[in-house]
Amino acid sequence: MATFVNRFHLLRYGASLLRCQRSYTTDVPKITTHYTIHPRDKDPRWKDVDMERFGDEADVVIVGGGPSGLTAAIKLKQLANDQGKELRVCVVEKASEIGGHTLSGACLEPKALNEVFPNWKEMDAPVTQEVTSDKFYYLTKSARIPMPLLPGMPITNHGNYLIRLGNFVRWLGEQAEALGVEIYPGCAASEVLYHEDGSVKGIATNDVGIAKDGSPKESFERGMELHAKVTMFGEGCHGHLSKTLFKQFNLRENCEPQTYGIGLKELWEVDPALHQPGRVEHTVGWPFDRHTYGGSFLYHLGEKDAPYVALGIVVGLDYTNPYLNPFQEFQRFKTHPANIDLFKSGKRIAYGARALNEGGYQSIPKLTFPGGCLIGCSPGFLNVPKIKGIHNAMKSALVAAESVFETITDENKTSPTVGLDPESYEEKMRASWTWAELKSVRNVRPAFHTALGLYGGLAYTGLVYYLLRGKEPFTLSHGDPDHARLKPASECKPIDYPRPDNQVTFDLLSSVALTGTNHDQDEPPHLTLKDDSVPMARNFAVFDGPEQRFCPAGVYEYVEREDGNGYRLQINAQNCIHCKTCDIKDPSQNINWVCPQGGEGPAYNGM
Amino acid sequence: MSGLRVLVGCKRVIDYAVKIRVKPDNTGVITEGVKHSMNPFDEIAVEEAVRMKEKKLASEIIAVSCGPTQCQETLRTAMAMGADKSIHVEVDAASYENLQPLHVAKILAKVAQDVKADIVFTGKQAIDDDCNQTGQMVAALLDWPQATFASKIEKANGDLTVTREIDGGLETIKVQLPAVLTADLRLNEPRYATLPNIMKAKKKKMEKKKPEDYGVDIGPRQSILKVEDPPVRQAGSKLDSVETLVSKLKDAGLVPS
Repeated sequence: MATFVNRFHLLRYGASLLRCQRSYTTDVPKITTHYTIHPRDKDPRWKDVDMERFGDEADVVIVGGGPSGLTAAIKLKQLANDQGKELRVCVVEKASEIGGHTLSGACLEPKALNEVFPNWKEMDAPVTQEVTSDKFYYLTKSARIPMPLLPGMPITNHGNYLIRLGNFVRWLGEQAEALGVEIYPGCAASEVLYHEDGSVKGIATNDVGIAKDGSPKESFERGMELHAKVTMFGEGCHGHLSKTLFKQFNLRENCEPQTYGIGLKELWEVDPALHQPGRVEHTVGWPFDRHTYGGSFLYHLGEKDAPYVALGIVVGLDYTNPYLNPFQEFQRFKTHPANIDLFKSGKRIAYGARALNEGGYQSIPKLTFPGGCLIGCSPGFLNVPKIKGIHNAMKSALVAAESVFETITDENKTSPTVGLDPESYEEKMRASWTWAELKSVRNVRPAFHTALGLYGGLAYTGLVYYLLRGKEPFTLSHGDPDHARLKPASECKPIDYPRPDNQVTFDLLSSVALTGTNHDQDEPPHLTLKDDSVPMARNFAVFDGPEQRFCPAGVYEYVEREDGNGYRLQINAQNCIHCKTCDIKDPSQNINWVCPQGGEGPAYNGM
Repeated sequence: MSGLRVLVGCKRVIDYAVKIRVKPDNTGVITEGVKHSMNPFDEIAVEEAVRMKEKKLASEIIAVSCGPTQCQETLRTAMAMGADKSIHVEVDAASYENLQPLHVAKILAKVAQDVKADIVFTGKQAIDDDCNQTGQMVAALLDWPQATFASKIEKANGDLTVTREIDGGLETIKVQLPAVLTADLRLNEPRYATLPNIMKAKKKKMEKKKPEDYGVDIGPRQSILKVEDPPVRQAGSKLDSVETLVSKLKDAGLVPS
């Protein structure tokens, strides 16, 4: 049932529960049918089904074909080829094509790319538009106040490139295949496999052919097992397998819980007269109040034949008002007088959203365990004041690949477990520039959590960070985890968002259609609930169903029951764009996102 | 009846869930970087061919696709579903924009004769052009019987009994072999191409050919004048009485006054 922190909480929420007794009934229609909640070995419909799995061996299996996963694969193959060694590296990726689930701003710091491919410019990498102008603004409802950007501040972008990360990842995929990496898109890793001694043995890909009610279809086929000496997990922010690994190996016992933000993004084709390739704009302030950590980015991309602008907002998921709707805030943002002309004469091409890490230095878990390690945003190396994480993700992948390679090829090394532990990765990471960078900005994000809110955070960055660059002797804590931050709906005011005008602002469903997302309509919903009765009993009763507002794809809806007895939660799993926000922000932590069938989800093109 | 050789045509099309965008110059739709997959009706054809092989009606399945290099991914999916080998008839991207069903039908007919196919099987139509022509044209070129819009295929002595979905309902016909079949939606539910099968498919043979190898001229016979978005739907208006409706219909000239 609901999690109560202490008796005071219980009294407070218990009282509102009693008040709401009449708005829901205790017979809740079954929502969750997934086998992770209803195991198949106890299910009579699965009695005669052959559950054996085909298995294969590789040296290294990498979960996730994003910047970190592909960089690790490339580095491993580069090392193997240099030393004349054979190394079988397999990458499994849940999107149907490499880059299909990739979404980011993005403004790339080429530091890590220089280390992977020093001659990337000659290799035709889709990294061509250098930042030509860099602006930082404070927005009010009608005005835009420029803020000083002094060199050395985290948000300056000299020497960086504006890229479309999906295209960059696709290019990385091509380089990886050229080096001999086996890449399997459309294959989702759905289970971590363990040896008898508890070390990681590899992963198993998803089963296919399970009907919506959880029973086997005629097309049922078991997933495949991929065994490896070391398995590297690069699932991105809040990866679902990484989540199980944190628990299994207690990797988070010496770090703070991760905090997150949700990033929403659109790609617009604008009037060439208004297009300034290389222009970077970041804003804080409107439409967010000073207690909501939020800001926007707007990048004029330098595509050869099209005047594209990538823009979006990031909202910290530690917001307290359950009526906040990040998607609507994003639509509202576009109406600001400073930018509205760009959109009035432009055309929206794409939309997407993804959660991102904001915990930084304080939230980095232990990185290695017997049989594998975590790379990229799965442990979380995003530099929040810079809002850049790609360079750090790639660096972590490079360092991890070096450690994994030496662990595997070291003939003298004896391991206590069958799965090898690339222990040197953690110490090498601590000595790397990523660690130093994250340590220096560690206090910027938590500085926001005072009564001064945004102004306190900005003041801290402008004064303390600028002068001390992180050398201050204290480390601020993030405080409560994001999911515990919501205030009950009764204490908050609903926000009145303007209706979409279908020229500058749009409604949610037509935006979701642009993501090209799709899931098999006859498969168990992959947004699983640990307890089907909690959404009505707690989320709706206390917080007025915040998931219907924070989901950027309209997956969650509280609809009137057919029998007229109040409401029920309806999960439109087909709309999901794999952003992971619900798993993070659910105040009851009742939603567990698991991986749907491989090849499903959004079909982003160069996002 | 044993040992039928089935030639299955597979087309690589933009995935059905993706929103289509017209090119700014109105000459076509944007395909660069967009998610593509096998035409859903062709998947159904591949699945039916694999089932025929499992029932021992067919002994060999050859998948064929005409188009640029990326078509090889589509062929690998067909092989992962169970095709034994494949043929990629390479057409460069520029010529592909003008490749019409007649060209593809000519190529398929020649391939069918080349490999000595007993059945040519395709989806009823492609979801990008909705032409619904290729299967029928192949049958005419080869002078073979055709059973299109098949929703059920059964063996009947030396022939096939095919149930077709037609406007009036269902029609069952007997078709002599060799024949051309086209698959309709309710024929079957295709299986998933799983990872072990994808890995096995890497070892299966894929022949690379060109239209010239079959003596087919793919010069364009049509030119596309314009491609544009469908018109934006105009808002309707709510009327409060039947009289108002009738007078509005009369004003619009839709009903004689």
